[in-house]
Amino acid sequence: MDILTHKQTAISDEKNEIGKSCYHCGDYCQDDSIKLDEKIFCCNGCKTVYEILSANKLFEYYSLEKNPGIKKNEKIKRNYEFLEDLELKNRLIDFTDGTITSITLNIPEMHCSSCIWILENLYRLNNGIINSRVNFLQKTLNIYFNETSTSIKEIFELLASIGYEPALNLGQKEEQFSKLSYKTLYFKIGIAGFCFGNVMLLSFPEYLSIGTNELPEMKKIFAYINILLAVPVFFYSASDYFSSAWKGLKKKIINIDVPIALGILVLFFRSLAEIIFSIGPGYIDSLTGLVFFLLIGRLFQNKTYDTLNFERNYKSYFPISITIKEGNSEKTIPVEKISVGNRIVIRNDEIIPADSILIKGRANIDYSFVTGESIPVEKKNGDVIYAGGKQIGEAVEVETIKDVSQSYLTQLWNDEAFQKTEESRIVSLANSISKYFTIIILSIAGAGAAFWFSIDSHIAFNVFTAVLIVACPCALALSTPFTLGNTLRIFGKNKFYLKNTHVIEKLAAITAIVFDKTGTITENSLSEVNFDNAFLNDEEKILLKSAVRNSSHPLSKSIYRSLLEFSIHKTNSFEETPGKGIFASINNFTIKIGNNNFVNEKLIIDDEGNTKVYISINNDPKGYLLISNKYRTGLKQIIEKLKRVYQLALLSGDSEGEKQKLRNIFGDESNLYFKQSPHDKLNFIKTLQVKGKRVLMLGDGLNDAGALKQSDVGISISDNVNNFSPACDGILDSKMFHRLNDFISFAIKSKKIIITSFIISFIYNIFGIIYAVTGTLTPIVAAILMPLSSISVVLFTSFSTNFVAKKEKLL
Amino acid sequence: MSVIFVLIGASLAIAVGFLIAYIWAVKSGQYDDKYTPSIRILFDNQKKQNETESKSDLNNKQGAA
Repeated sequence: MDILTHKQTAISDEKNEIGKSCYHCGDYCQDDSIKLDEKIFCCNGCKTVYEILSANKLFEYYSLEKNPGIKKNEKIKRNYEFLEDLELKNRLIDFTDGTITSITLNIPEMHCSSCIWILENLYRLNNGIINSRVNFLQKTLNIYFNETSTSIKEIFELLASIGYEPALNLGQKEEQFSKLSYKTLYFKIGIAGFCFGNVMLLSFPEYLSIGTNELPEMKKIFAYINILLAVPVFFYSASDYFSSAWKGLKKKIINIDVPIALGILVLFFRSLAEIIFSIGPGYIDSLTGLVFFLLIGRLFQNKTYDTLNFERNYKSYFPISITIKEGNSEKTIPVEKISVGNRIVIRNDEIIPADSILIKGRANIDYSFVTGESIPVEKKNGDVIYAGGKQIGEAVEVETIKDVSQSYLTQLWNDEAFQKTEESRIVSLANSISKYFTIIILSIAGAGAAFWFSIDSHIAFNVFTAVLIVACPCALALSTPFTLGNTLRIFGKNKFYLKNTHVIEKLAAITAIVFDKTGTITENSLSEVNFDNAFLNDEEKILLKSAVRNSSHPLSKSIYRSLLEFSIHKTNSFEETPGKGIFASINNFTIKIGNNNFVNEKLIIDDEGNTKVYISINNDPKGYLLISNKYRTGLKQIIEKLKRVYQLALLSGDSEGEKQKLRNIFGDESNLYFKQSPHDKLNFIKTLQVKGKRVLMLGDGLNDAGALKQSDVGISISDNVNNFSPACDGILDSKMFHRLNDFISFAIKSKKIIITSFIISFIYNIFGIIYAVTGTLTPIVAAILMPLSSISVVLFTSFSTNFVAKKEKLL
Repeated sequence: MSVIFVLIGASLAIAVGFLIAYIWAVKSGQYDDKYTPSIRILFDNQKKQNETESKSDLNNKQGAA
């Protein structure tokens, strides 16, 4: 549940003063001016939600959990007109019979039991909704509604009005495929387990020689029932191993499934022959047990983080619909229908979907998705705005000059890195061993058979098959999934979520690490504000705080956060000029905050690249605040440790302003590159790989997407793991960034644990083979040896991974 | 001793019954979500009350229509 409680902990962090926290969302309230029913709210958005819920007597929402609400962003008012588009509607609907329709929506905001409660009681807010069901782990909401009395558009509007805005991702249909394969695995395990249990029961008389002498036909009937039970295991439960082995052989690769498939085949057909020709009882018990254990291993390895999506591309970031202007009328169309020359209206906080030219309005573009830099850039009429930029401020009109998929940023996805299917350059340990393993086993079996052939051809056949049976690498095949599955879970507990277990093996093999700058090694929300060059007394700081409170500019927010301990005055008037600064009058003071020529009539010359915010009060210059990025805690120590083992590099989309500071952290031997475009980053990874490096890339934004994809292991760093992050192999919670070094070393240790367990299973194999080549492998020996080796290897890997994790303080 | 065949038959039949129950459970989606039901059960009572309310509402409406 560690992913799910994120919001709750975030709330409790901020909720220091209980009396002043918002009744709806629990955020800190400035004052108690927004009040209703004796309850205080932090903003009108929260109050509105409370009004909606209380009008419908849904008070239980607030009684289940304390302050369960989601702070509403009042600025974003989405227009859901586009959901009337028939084609789009059909892509959302699961099924419909004309009146009753079912849709499944993704609600990223749900985080507690109150959320489940309100979402399952939607029918009390909208009569057209018949039933709604939450899947909390997948954060999905399934709604059955009556087409005649409501519509998808109305449902979206309702959900948005109470703070649970659905995330529209039209690519999500693919996810259902993986769910299906999960079910198939459950079926296969169920059937294998059922057959294994019953076969064991029926084999007991044989092991203990009970009743076999008095009732010889009993032995025979039991053996035939065993065959019956083995058939579904062989043909259904084990089918994946055959197809995987066959696929490998076709590509001329001997993967770990080849010796397994060989073992299963021999087990089945030798048992069949023994029973039909009344030679012996066969090895059906070993066969069913083997398949059952192998499938359990597969289930253990298949731990997935349902709520996280590792396959996102730019479409997840971009709007689904866009408002275009035709003549004087506006209409909304799905974003993929945009063509060159369309005139688009971009409102506050909306993302520009295609490269365009600014036609009308004052654009103030936040390129944080593209460059990582969150301070907006001002654009004038006729300027080119690149796709991925976010407009801050008034609505503007732009004309598209490129298609969505051909834009500067989105072109990145046309790179071959995104075309090729996931084929890793790092072969998994088990697969690299299995080639030699298979050859050795086959030659031992052949040699044993050849030796016995001169004495007795019948024994020769027995020996040959017995070697293949006993050498079937069950323990070998189980050690990898159990070690890596456990490692994956331990990482998950430490807020490091990996796409699959193979990433761990890749992580253990890396030789170079590449960092992105903004958002990766610097903290997204926190900037350091330096007051050394500002000459302000406490009263003036209060004025400053009161003024910046009105602005949503990231720099204003940083200043506001650095002045938390001061109180606030009421602002009389406030004006913000995008790209320049803010002007506010408070009591008898006028305060100007912004860039140099906005605040100071006479320009003060400044030389360095750092961000400076100038202040003047009543036209009296008060100097400037120096705002710089704050590096993540522990960055220096982490780099210090990693530097010794790996080649490090830094890629930044920014200018060289901080070069010296970074040079001090990274040292002289690391490469630091600035002004890197998303394509440059991708190509840098490629050149490293050509030089034979195995690269770990750490990034955060869409601008790193290409590099994350191209690298051997791409990890995206996120402040909130449930947020969108680009396609990657793993997501690391930014709070755990300082453990990066430990994660890599734990991955390496996991690999060593696998090697150790390989050695253990080889020892078992040697014993088994001694039995086999001497022709004394009885069914009971096989039935004991196989589970014994498997279980002991599983226990060894589980205990040792936990032990190592404890030593590394990861558990 | 031949009673053992009857017993084996019976035990297999019961086991097959459980296997079918398991397959049905997986098929009907009971393994899809292993978390939400644990929370849902905590507010089931209230909900049923409401459901009957809304159902009677619906019936009234249908009657009116």
